[in-house]
Amino acid sequence: MNGPPAYTRLAIVLHWLVALAIVCAFPLGMYMHELPLSPNKLKLYSYHKWIGISALLLIGLRLAWRLGHRPPALLPGMPRWQEIAAHATHHSLYLLLLAVPLSGWLMSSALGFSVVWFGVLPLPDLIDKNEQLGELLKEVHEALNFTMLALILIHAAAAIKHHFFDGDGTLARMLPFLKQEPNR
Amino acid sequence: MKRLVLVWIMPLLMVGTVSATGFNVVQPDKSTINFVSKQMGVPVEGRFRKFAVQISFDPSKPEAGKAQIEIDLASIDAGSSDANSEVKGKAWFNIGEFPGARFVSGGIKSLGNGRYEATGKMTIKGKTRDIVAPFSAKRGNGNLLIDGAIPILRLRYGIGEGAWSDTGVVADEVQLRFHFTLAASPAAKK
Repeated sequence: MNGPPAYTRLAIVLHWLVALAIVCAFPLGMYMHELPLSPNKLKLYSYHKWIGISALLLIGLRLAWRLGHRPPALLPGMPRWQEIAAHATHHSLYLLLLAVPLSGWLMSSALGFSVVWFGVLPLPDLIDKNEQLGELLKEVHEALNFTMLALILIHAAAAIKHHFFDGDGTLARMLPFLKQEPNR
Repeated sequence: MKRLVLVWIMPLLMVGTVSATGFNVVQPDKSTINFVSKQMGVPVEGRFRKFAVQISFDPSKPEAGKAQIEIDLASIDAGSSDANSEVKGKAWFNIGEFPGARFVSGGIKSLGNGRYEATGKMTIKGKTRDIVAPFSAKRGNGNLLIDGAIPILRLRYGIGEGAWSDTGVVADEVQLRFHFTLAASPAAKK
């Protein structure tokens, strides 16, 4: 019944790299789309896309890891509803972590601006240029992002609650250095 | 009865077309002027919807060929509505002052194998520059199909000035691609 006690080093590194990508790309996306057309805007859009594609790659690795490993079991003594909520949040987040960059990529293809990763590697267009579809995908990309933001806030709030209010080792599974501290 | 006459006349017409050597009737609906710019390394396609072309070209006498192309810059489709309004402005084409771009050929020579080269003057935004336009010409359905691409160095014409002159964002070279369909000249047809 019990899984391993903690996430592996690779899983931890991938988790925080994806978190970093989101912390960069999300506000960048919020900021850049309001800007009037300028060289700066074109740069920021490219950076945003490069981060997004990098995140997609990392997420692919994470899912591959997840399929090959059992994640550590939730700590014993948690109420049933919290276990269900934790699993539901994790699975929804995995789904959104894929859907968010993919919707961005689709939107770029539909709007006729392909992605050239780091200005070097041209990625294939997922669909043909279609401006109406592109505008629709823009809405989809935005909606998926706000859904992801809401879930990340719940995810982070739960982690903080476990650490500071329950004083359990939930957060330490993803931040091993916390484990060194004596149990509060 | 009518059909019978047509059957008789058709081969004659076709012979007439095939034997024609000069072409000068541009078919606007079968002609295009597109371009590809590079933004942050991303090739972005665009096109001009309105242009006027006068070409007379005989593949067997390329030296006698002539071309004049006028592009209505307001008809630009630069890939997005944002870009369309931006490129009409002062930093780019400044179409309020310079509504058109013009190419006038000086000479045309054969490069062999159905390939030719037109030299001439390109005027954009009030600046005239010498350019070389390589193209191919081949027959199809009794028409002459002309295809070519000209690398335009946009900064030589002041297209995209100020902050936009950063070629790390928008590359200096823009590929202008043209495809013209020319019917045989009426004089050669008879």
